[in-house]
Amino acid sequence: MEQNWKRAKAIFATVLGPPLAWLLLFFLIPLAIVWVYSFGTNVGLTQIAFTGTFSNYARAIEPLYVGIFLKSVGVAGLTTLLCLIVGFPVALAITFAPDRLKAWLILLVMLPFWTNLLIRTYALIAVLRTEGYVNLSLGWLWTHASGLMTMVGMSPLSSFQPLELLHNNFAVVFGLVYVHLPFMVLPLYSALDRLDRSLLEASLDLGAGHVRTMLMVVVPLALPGIASGILITFIPALGAYLTPDLLGGPDSQMIANIIERQFKRANDWPFGAALSFLLMYMTFIAIALQALLAKRKTQAGS
Amino acid sequence: MSRKSSQSGSSPLEYLRRWPLQAWLVMVGIFLYAPLLTLMAFSFNDSKRNIVWKGFTLKYYDKVLHNDGLIAAFGNSLTIAAISTLISVILGAMAALLLWRFRFRGKAVLDGAMALPIVVPEICMGVAMLVFFAKVMPWPSGLPWPLNLGAIIISHVSFSFPFVAVVVRARLASFNRELEEAAKDLGAGEFMTIRDVLIPHMQPSLIAGALLAFTLSLDDFVITFFTSGPDTVTFPVKVYSMVRFSVTPEVNAASTILIVFTVLLTALAIRLQGAAAVAGGHVPDAPSK
Repeated sequence: MEQNWKRAKAIFATVLGPPLAWLLLFFLIPLAIVWVYSFGTNVGLTQIAFTGTFSNYARAIEPLYVGIFLKSVGVAGLTTLLCLIVGFPVALAITFAPDRLKAWLILLVMLPFWTNLLIRTYALIAVLRTEGYVNLSLGWLWTHASGLMTMVGMSPLSSFQPLELLHNNFAVVFGLVYVHLPFMVLPLYSALDRLDRSLLEASLDLGAGHVRTMLMVVVPLALPGIASGILITFIPALGAYLTPDLLGGPDSQMIANIIERQFKRANDWPFGAALSFLLMYMTFIAIALQALLAKRKTQAGS
Repeated sequence: MSRKSSQSGSSPLEYLRRWPLQAWLVMVGIFLYAPLLTLMAFSFNDSKRNIVWKGFTLKYYDKVLHNDGLIAAFGNSLTIAAISTLISVILGAMAALLLWRFRFRGKAVLDGAMALPIVVPEICMGVAMLVFFAKVMPWPSGLPWPLNLGAIIISHVSFSFPFVAVVVRARLASFNRELEEAAKDLGAGEFMTIRDVLIPHMQPSLIAGALLAFTLSLDDFVITFFTSGPDTVTFPVKVYSMVRFSVTPEVNAASTILIVFTVLLTALAIRLQGAAAVAGGHVPDAPSK
């Protein structure tokens, strides 16, 4: 049982003090200042007056910024969906792997995740750019196919045009899936691993095929895990900065890039602060939605 | 029955034995590892253009090792990671103990607030740190190393220690409280009980938490980007400025060194705790960065 704090005041104070002080001073107060700034206006170059204005939020709902918010949600949503499609079979394979192999498969999924994000993004640049490995291999195939066609007496192909794979929306989604796949696989795995296998066997014995068993037995049972996987992938994808910055083109800016620009280049802190808080509210709404769904699910189950 | 048992004697649930799933796993493996492996391979390529294999060389490693800016940035990153890990483990263990053991008013609020640094988007936290260190608590410039890294260390602790708290609290849940009662019956005071009974039980989670905090710190770019100054550049920030405009074998070499470092850290963790524990320690439902 939990102990009433009054029965061990000295220890309570010792373990409460430092974490609480740190959280307040170095996390909550900085956030609170940003929140206050979001209602301020720029006066002069470095001074910000707190005027209680909503003009920053009004500016954020101009079509340009609404468009960027919608686009960010769309990109993050597509990323999450692709992660789910790619990750589900992986999670399934890990779940039904022999115990010894299981840990190693998880490690294999985790290892890129522990590798520095910047390095992983850089590796993708090297793969996707015009003179990158994908285009190089395609070009090689193309020239050889062309040579083969001349040999059999057909006219050679026109010269190889490298695909534009980098600095566009495709690259951003590709990069986000690459980076966030482990976020999806792990919660899916931990949900699938808890399933009662006899239910699957029962479904198979009663004549349902594997695909039907997956869709009608496994997916509904693993729904809470799928929902938390979606949430865990969606939130960081929505706030992604580095991937759209390095892999995206001029039209693939996401919310985080716009926020960064307000603080580092445009020097419009109040507007940047408003955008930050809008992004944060969206995150909280996503979490609340998931919590609500989970609650309804458990109520329906009981 | 239309169901086919593909291998004789194998249970129908051994999906890993089915070739479509095996093919899928191989493809995902290529997707995850091919970019990193080519990056590493081409750090040994004797060609400035970095696409066609021209022969083996170590000259880019030589260049990296003589790039003072990069070496200093790497040293900064390791220092920041070490110090912030130490502070995060202490604060995280305290917070875990607090939330696991005590009943007090406002506990739910504190619990929620502790989860905030985990869920708040990195960019928002970076911005908050930028504003805080620009307007409220300007970090004095020109302090001797490593004190000049203080602002970065502080922000890294802020996002790491709640993760440590989650890991430690999960471990505390398996603690048998009767052990604590027994220690007290045998005459141990509160602090002695914590030191000799609770902390030994927490130990594996302290190591796991420390590894997590160290990786998070070493990996962080966005929040550091907003708190670092011209003379407090970390490895990711330095590599970012190199990557921003070009792909060079030198960046490949520097990246390879960091990847090898990460793999070695993982191997160390496996040696200390076993593969299952290392993999299992990161499976809890708590969202991670």
